[in-house]
Parts: sequence; C-alpha cells; structure tokens
Amino acid sequence: MNRDNDHSAALCQQVKAAHDAASPLKISAGNSKDFYGRKVEGTPLSLREHSGILDYHASELVITARSGTRISELETALAENQQMLAFEPPCHTPDSTLGGSVACGLSGPRRATAGAARDFVLGVHVINGRGEALKFGGQVMKNVAGYDVSRLMVGAQGTLGVLLDISVKVLPKPEREITLCFEHDFEQARQHVHQWILQGHPISASCHDNGQLLIRLSSTENSLLNARQKLGGEQLDLDIWHQLRHQTHPFFSAHPKLWRVSVPPATPLFAENCPQLMEWNGALRWIASEEDMFAEARKHGGHATRYTLNSEPADQVFQPLATPLLAIQKKLKASFDPHHIFNRGRLYPDL
Amino acid sequence: MKPPLQNLVARLRALMPDACVLYEAEDLAPYECDALSAYRARPLLVIIPETVAQIEATLRLCIEFHLPVVARGAGTGLSGGALPLKNSVLLSLAKFNRIININPENQTARLQPGVRNLSISETAAPFGLYYAPDPSSQIACSIGGNVAENSGGVHCLKYGLTVHNIMQLNIITMDGEHLTLGSEALDSPGYDLLALFTGSEGLLGIITEITVKLLPKPVATTVILAAFDRVATAGQAVSDIIAQGIIPAGLELMDHAAIGAADDFVQAGYPRDAAAILLCELDGNPAEVADQLKQARATLESSGATEIRVAEDEAERLIFWAGRKAAFPAVGRLSPDYYCMDGTIPRYRIADVLTRIKQLSTQYQLPVVNVFHAGDGNLHPLILYDANIEGELERTEELGGKILEICVEVGGSITGEHGVGIEKLNQMCVQFNSAELIQFHAIKVAFDPAGLLNPGKAIPTLHRCAEFGAMHVHHGQLAHPELERF
Repeated sequence: MNRDNDHSAALCQQVKAAHDAASPLKISAGNSKDFYGRKVEGTPLSLREHSGILDYHASELVITARSGTRISELETALAENQQMLAFEPPCHTPDSTLGGSVACGLSGPRRATAGAARDFVLGVHVINGRGEALKFGGQVMKNVAGYDVSRLMVGAQGTLGVLLDISVKVLPKPEREITLCFEHDFEQARQHVHQWILQGHPISASCHDNGQLLIRLSSTENSLLNARQKLGGEQLDLDIWHQLRHQTHPFFSAHPKLWRVSVPPATPLFAENCPQLMEWNGALRWIASEEDMFAEARKHGGHATRYTLNSEPADQVFQPLATPLLAIQKKLKASFDPHHIFNRGRLYPDL
Repeated sequence: MKPPLQNLVARLRALMPDACVLYEAEDLAPYECDALSAYRARPLLVIIPETVAQIEATLRLCIEFHLPVVARGAGTGLSGGALPLKNSVLLSLAKFNRIININPENQTARLQPGVRNLSISETAAPFGLYYAPDPSSQIACSIGGNVAENSGGVHCLKYGLTVHNIMQLNIITMDGEHLTLGSEALDSPGYDLLALFTGSEGLLGIITEITVKLLPKPVATTVILAAFDRVATAGQAVSDIIAQGIIPAGLELMDHAAIGAADDFVQAGYPRDAAAILLCELDGNPAEVADQLKQARATLESSGATEIRVAEDEAERLIFWAGRKAAFPAVGRLSPDYYCMDGTIPRYRIADVLTRIKQLSTQYQLPVVNVFHAGDGNLHPLILYDANIEGELERTEELGGKILEICVEVGGSITGEHGVGIEKLNQMCVQFNSAELIQFHAIKVAFDPAGLLNPGKAIPTLHRCAEFGAMHVHHGQLAHPELERF
C-alpha cells in the first residue's frame, strides 16, 4: 500500500474549513470531464495527488484505489491478471481518474450486457459536507447493511461528497473478442441484435452508424467460431470499440452540438433528420441537434443530456426532473452537504 | 377498542371494503411475525388495500393519528423487517399481485409489489426470458419484499442482486408524494434513488409498482459436483475457479453435516464421506459452456478435488441441485430449531472463517452446519438449537453475533442478502461508526421526516449502540466513546 499519496486528512480539513465558512468547493481530479455538467464556481479541491491502488486480489474480483488513481493505472494492474473494468469508463484524456469516472457515472460500449458504473461500485470512503470521512459498503459482492450510499455517489458528480477511495468489482477479460459488420438500416439493426441476444450469441457491444451495424462478440474460442458461422457479416480488425468508449470516434468530433439520449432499447428511430449513432443495443442514441432533445427523450420514456464541450452557463444540461423528485433530491443533498459547498449547481441549479 | 382507534377503523372502512381492515385479535395473529419467528408483536391494525389510492389514504390517516406503518409483502423475510410494532399499522401489499405486462422487446416486466418472485419467470418463459434473482424463498416471496431487502439468491455471482435487475420503481412517500425512480432506459438523470431505495427495508417509502429487467434464458446449462476431503481445500478451489477467469452462474459449498442431512432428505446421491462439496453451475451458449466446463474441471482437479461428477443431462442437474435446495429443511430435521445467519466475507478468507466458526461452535456447544453461496463469499451458517431449552436461543443469538463480528473483522459484512431488520441492529454498531449512522438517519429524515415508516428497523439509534458497545468491548476499545454513558 502506498501511504505517501494518502491525502485524506488534509482533504478532510479543507472540507471542514469550507463547511465552517460555508464557502463553495469545486472538486476535480484529472479534469477530463469538466465539460460534463453545469459550470461550477468554487475554491478548487484537487484529488489528483490522492492516488494509488490500495488493495487488489485477482481472485476476489475487486480492486480498491484512491480516487485520484488514473484509470490507465488500474487497467494496467488488472490486465496483468487478465481482468478489466467491465463498465468501460470513457477516458476523455489520459488523466481520467477512478474518482471522476465513478462521480460522473458514465459507462462505455459494454454497458448493455455487463452493467453500468453504478453496478460495479461495491464501497466508498467519502468526505461529507461536514468534513467527516465516512465508509459505506465494502469489498464484498453482497452487502445489504445500511442504505446503499456507495451507489448513490455514482453519477452524483461530487455534489453529495468527496470520494476518497472506491472499491469496484472487476471481471475476467473475455478469452477472445471479434467484431462483425453488417449493412443494415436502423430498424433491421436493432431487431437483429435483439434476436441474436435471445439466441444466446455473446454480444458484448453494438453500434449502428451510417447504415452499418457493428457488433462485438466476447466469449470462448469455440463459441465465437460458432457465432461467426451462424451470423455471417464481415469480420473487422479495426478497434472501433476503443474509439466509441473514449469518444474519439469521428462522429463525436464531427458534431459539436451533441445530445446523449438514453431510451428504452426498443424505441423506434426518432429525430430522423438528425445525424445519429446508436449504441447499447438501441438504448443509447447520440444525436446531433441544434434543438434541445428533452421533450423528445421524455416522450420515449428516457432522458437527454447536453453533451457539448462549450455549454453556456445558463444551459440546462440534464433532463429537468419532476418537481417532487427534485424536492427529495434537494433534501437528500442537504443531508450530506448542509452548507451546499460541494460542486454547487453542477447537476441542477439547486443541486 | 379505544375510541380513537374506533374512529380510525371507521374512517378506514369508509375508504375500502370492510375485509381490508383487520382489528380483531384472531385476524391479527397471522401477522405477528415474518420468517424470523422468534420475534413477535401484534399490530393495532392490519390494512390490506386494493388500490394505490387506498394506500395513500391509509398513509395520510397514519400521519394524522401519528401511527407507525410497517409494510409487508409475503412475510418470508429472515431479519424481522416486516415484524409489526405494537402500536403500528401493518400494511399488507398481498392484493397487489398482478403482473401488469411483459415487454419482450425491451426485456422488462411491470409488476405490482405483491407478485411472487417465481411467477415472474414463469410468465416470461414463453418469450424465452426470465428474472434472474432467485432467493431460496422464491416460490413464496414477493418482488416488493425482494426490492426492500435487495434479495440475492444462488445466481448472484454472475447475474447480480435485485439492485442490478430492476429498472424502475413507483413509490409513495409517507407524505403522500408519488415518485418514479429510474426508468425503462438504462440510466436516469439526477441521483440514483433507485439504488438508494433498493434494500432500504421499508424505511423510505411504500412501493406500488416495479419494473424489472428480464434476461434471455441461457441456451445451455450444466453443473459440476466436486468433492473434497477438507473444507479448506474446497474454499481454496472457489478462489481458484474465479482466478481462472470463469464466472460460474452459481458456486455453492456444503459441508459434511449439510451433505449428510440433504442426502438423507432427498437422496441426491451425494458423496457422503466428503468433508465438503462444491456445486458449480455454468451457463451460456452450448459451445461456451463446453469450453468452460473443460477449464473448470481441470481447475477443480488441480485444486485437489477427490471426485468430480458432471451432470449428464437435465434430470441429473436437477438431482445435484435438489440436495442444495432442500438443505435448509433437511437441516431442520436434525434439530428442533435452527437459526440461519447471513454474513459475507472475502472469498480468500472462507477456509479461515469456517475454522473459526467451528471453534465457536465447540465453545458454545451448539452445532453449526454450513451451506452457502461460496462464489459470493456469502455464508449461511445454520446454528442448531432447541428453543424449549431455557437460554438456548439467547446463546444461539450470541454465537450468531460473534460469527457476524468475524465477518466484519475480515473485511466483510453482517448481512449479504437477508437485511438488518430487527435482527442485526447490534451488529450494525460494529460495522458502522456514529457519524455513518447519523448520515443514515439523515437520509431517512429526507424521505420520512415524521419517522413513521418501519421505525426502529435497519439502522440502530446511537443510544442503542452505546448500550451494546458497553457490553462488547471491541479490540479493547469502547465503541462510541463520544457518547455519554448512563
């Protein structure tokens, strides 16, 4: 265990001082997801130096690390044991950290089959708004003691507390992965993927873009041979999934006004006139649109996020919440952060 | 009946059919406990509403009369989560038993909270789908109770707990607010209240509807039965399989006493001289299962299994499982009573913890049988006792408490899937410090400021922990030194 990089005591003191002065803090680590969310003002509280892997037993399928640990460092350690972060957190720069990834709660191409960031978080150490370091959850797969505060932290973007260290479940890397490509329109693509999954084909990611369906299959050697035979299509060597995961795929740079729209997977094509890319077997639609997508997303039972590098401070970034839901979230926020010091307004004006 | 109660009954009866409002002693008796039957209390009233509007109206009246409300599903919980309080209204959701729809395209099912767990998979089967979490009480337990407890089961290792398999909840808070948590999409804006609510043991709100995720039924499934001459070797084999990169659908361990009891009960043909057996289930497509079977078999051999059998067909697979599934009732035949514990530990500590449980068993002179979800490190030690012998239940509870403290000490948890309820309040004081408990109470207040939903369950008061800490000095240090002692 690396003790040199343990800054938890100093971080607690900083938070305590901010609490006493009711002065806002802006939490960051790798600064790679600053664009995601509303603009925040406050004294910087950096987790960047609070880093290092604390515990990792491959047979336990759990890794515990300080939140400033880079995702790349974790993945290097995991790869030595043929393991991986199955939620494939997007790293917009090499500086992306575990803390930032968990706080933002974003997941990559494997999400539809393997689960989301929140599904893999087992425990956290977190500083609440009073400067107290609290521990919730743990390093075991099953743990129902107390409310599930660990998962509540995922996607809260630091507004409920400062993540100190995090235990995440990891999975073995698949023995092999291949990518198949098909010429399909959107509706064909969505239906095919659905059918193939029902038939037991080991689809671990899918993407539809520009009239092409791409699927990734992850399994054992014989299982992939079998799928390859039954499904047809053209096998590609290109690592499209890396580009999609880290959002370096040309689609992302080509469309600065981008919306991330999350809908039930069987939702038919909508916003037909907008360029769009589908992932997660239909459940995630990246839509390039000048207009906001909130109403459209709600109509289909989902939600939209403004996924733009240069949003204006006044912009609504996340889907508006129903009034009673927002009210309970404000009360919850106050229970963790009574003086409203953490990342003020990052999610919504009052959260 | 006292006049205020009479008034309440009259007003409730104006809202719903007479049969939905129970207040006579003999009608209340069946609701005195859940499956933790050592604890009993008679509620003031039992309300069995038929509509969401009736639930809402009942909550409103309970606020007016300042009466606590305890929600109850099927009453199969093992930690006393649905145990009534003496002065409470017990709200039974038994009549909310409708499967509202199955959506094969989105692979979801919309359910009322009283729907039985197993009936979800039965109804989804014609679409080639099923609901993965399968607690051992699945023929009886309700999905609402599963959400309240974040229930697990045999297949959690690969398919997760309830929290990983639900999409959306409709709830009513004690204040009568209707909230929708989550959605049929794969994520939702704002805080993840769906996760917070799952496993909240009826303290935050009443669930009126649940949308669950359905999975495609695996095309192929097989089971390996491996015997070991030492429990420790079996424990090590569990870690070896997982370190090899295999995630079995289920990985269960039974010790010598459990093997004998189960085999007597259902004639599963288990190797009765073994110190322990592992049941390792693999599922997926046929090619994948065949490849993994080869690998798992080789791993078990090199881990020191003395015998390995692979189920030849579905009939034999079911026989292998029959003993495991009947293990609890089978152990029930060994002793007048047994007490089922539920702690989790890191897998690599299994052998060590089982040894320490054995020492405690000798010390307390109470036999302990082990049959559990080894893949998850989720222990279920069954302590055998006789409730008719003066003091034996108390000794059993003390032994159980010690086992849970070992779980915390080695980095695990006091409950993997049964919940805290009333049963493990003291051990919560071992697992959490006072600042953490204060945070839990603050979360409760955000949802239920009057503190009327299932009060006194799941999260102990600091006062209780101080009293408990005074009795149990941990590592030579008093717990909660900041609290005043009386």
